[in-house]
Amino acid sequence: MTTLAVPAARFTDLLAAEWIKLRSLRSTYWALGSCALVLIAFNANAARADYVNYPHYDGPIRREFVYWALRDAFTSGATMMMILATAGIGAITVVGEYGTGLIRTTFTAVPDRRALMTAKVLVVTAVMTVYGAVVAGASFAASQAILDGRGLGVAIGHPGAWRVVVASALLAPVSALVGMGMGALIRHSATTMILTTLVLLLLPAFVTDRYHWTACVRNALPYNAWVRLVDIGYGDHPFTLVPRFPTTVGGGWVVFAVWAGVAAVLTVVVVERRDV
Amino acid sequence: MIEVDQLTKRYGPTTAVRNLSFTVRPGRVTGFLGPNGAGKTTTLRMLLGLVEPSAGTATVDGRSFRTRPRGLRHVGALLDAHDVHGGRSARAHLHALARSNRIPVARVDEVLAEVGLTGSAARRRTGTFSLGMKQRLGIAAALLGDPPVLMFDEPLNGLDPEGVLWVRELFRRLAREGRTVFVSSHLMSEMEHTAEELVVIGRGELIAAESLTEFASRGTAPTVTVSSPDAGRLAAVLTAEGVVVTPHDEETLRVRGASAARVGELAHEHRFLLRELTTQTASLEAAFMELTADSVEYAAGETR
Ligand SMILES: Nc1ncnc2c1ncn2[C@@H]1O[C@H](COP(=O)(O)OP(=O)(O)O)[C@@H](O)[C@H]1O
Ligand SMILES: [Mg+2]
Repeated sequence: MTTLAVPAARFTDLLAAEWIKLRSLRSTYWALGSCALVLIAFNANAARADYVNYPHYDGPIRREFVYWALRDAFTSGATMMMILATAGIGAITVVGEYGTGLIRTTFTAVPDRRALMTAKVLVVTAVMTVYGAVVAGASFAASQAILDGRGLGVAIGHPGAWRVVVASALLAPVSALVGMGMGALIRHSATTMILTTLVLLLLPAFVTDRYHWTACVRNALPYNAWVRLVDIGYGDHPFTLVPRFPTTVGGGWVVFAVWAGVAAVLTVVVVERRDV
Repeated sequence: MIEVDQLTKRYGPTTAVRNLSFTVRPGRVTGFLGPNGAGKTTTLRMLLGLVEPSAGTATVDGRSFRTRPRGLRHVGALLDAHDVHGGRSARAHLHALARSNRIPVARVDEVLAEVGLTGSAARRRTGTFSLGMKQRLGIAAALLGDPPVLMFDEPLNGLDPEGVLWVRELFRRLAREGRTVFVSSHLMSEMEHTAEELVVIGRGELIAAESLTEFASRGTAPTVTVSSPDAGRLAAVLTAEGVVVTPHDEETLRVRGASAARVGELAHEHRFLLRELTTQTASLEAAFMELTADSVEYAAGETR
């Protein structure tokens, strides 16, 4: 018997393996590709509508049009779709392994589950960050190019423009991590999807800011943090209501970071002790 | 070497494995036998660190498998051939496994060739595979790290007769190379031509851990069939010698407790004409059935 010499375990091998797993699934390309096109088209269409309707807008809107131009750069409809899609893709990277039984093969090859799940989290985060950046960047470019037809496009250097793009881009990895965490916790695809949608999309719609504590919950949700981050006219724009419990840009970033961090840790930790 | 010591696994009220201890040594194929539900899969999962034991230890080469950062070069295992993602090709599946354990990609093509999954089959998504092809893929994955210890859970399921012969020869070869080869089955017939050693369990408990030959001799003692035109008187003579005789038909008797040679001698002494004198050795299957009869969870025809 000629057993191969056993090399020291390297974490980068796990990153490479998870990357191979992600890119060897045809569904990854379909899901990411088709969603990207739909999202960019959705945002571009909002800009097209403003381009067409601009002659009918009255003075106040025209004076504040930078605000509206940046709303077209990444609309809330597109954001909800992106949350749904990226959370689903993130969840599938975990429940896909449990549902097929592949997880047993994976853990037999890599008994160090913590390292394996960390690698999976990092690869998904990296891919989703690039993905979010591409979608948000292309949406910004497309929408402002359309508005430029009337000389209304906003340059990326305009105050707040970067924040719109970065916050929208980061929502992709944040949602994907939440999907992974829920997947690791629940391990069943349909239930994971339902609960993830509930937490990320339905809660923001139902929790009001009527009381202080509900406002706290509301402001701590990723979707609402995004709303705050992309609102470049917060507090002084004439068309938006000043909320009873004001929030800050810094608070929005913290909400993103906490959700991503907690979900990542959860994903790594919960698989550690459970039987498969 | 595989060592299982006082291993117990409880699932709520069910005890899947109870106080199980045995050792599997390298250099030979060891069969892991037991009726369905005996606890074979649970034991293998505990050995692979997939399932945490309720009590006791399971080690491979002296170490609990969970403490190894990477597994493929230590243990090759095929638990369930369906444990793959149907959307990935056979090659991509093995490539990811190999990469995670820093095994050269060239090894992927080697094992694919070894199990006969070459050309377009290697590039096909595994969701389109038959069970037999999935078994081959699972065996390829087990061989990937060239490991000293191999475990297979019911590997013959779904294989065609040619595949069965190939797998048996493969197991024997792996054992000849000095590896520890541990193969589970619920059918004795699958093991008797492959295994030299047996670990037999029933209802989670150890029934036997010994060589195949020893196991065979445990079963029902051999029966001698003797036939003579004067069977009635012959029966009387044999009974007088303390032998247990059961009449089978007018001329034929079934004899236990004496060898065919002894029956022949007695017949000769008393001048009986014999038309038949044969020995039926108990089959391994019969020995297995007999030993595990008490521990079969749901016997056919049994009303619950
Ligand atoms: N995850 C589980 N939860 C509850 N009971 C289980 C579980 N896995 C196995 N069992 C029970 O443990 C016993 C042994 O099962 P198993 O190890 O699959 O046996 P075998 O592989 O020998 O057929 C069976 O009674 C089975 O129902
Ligand atoms: Mg089984």
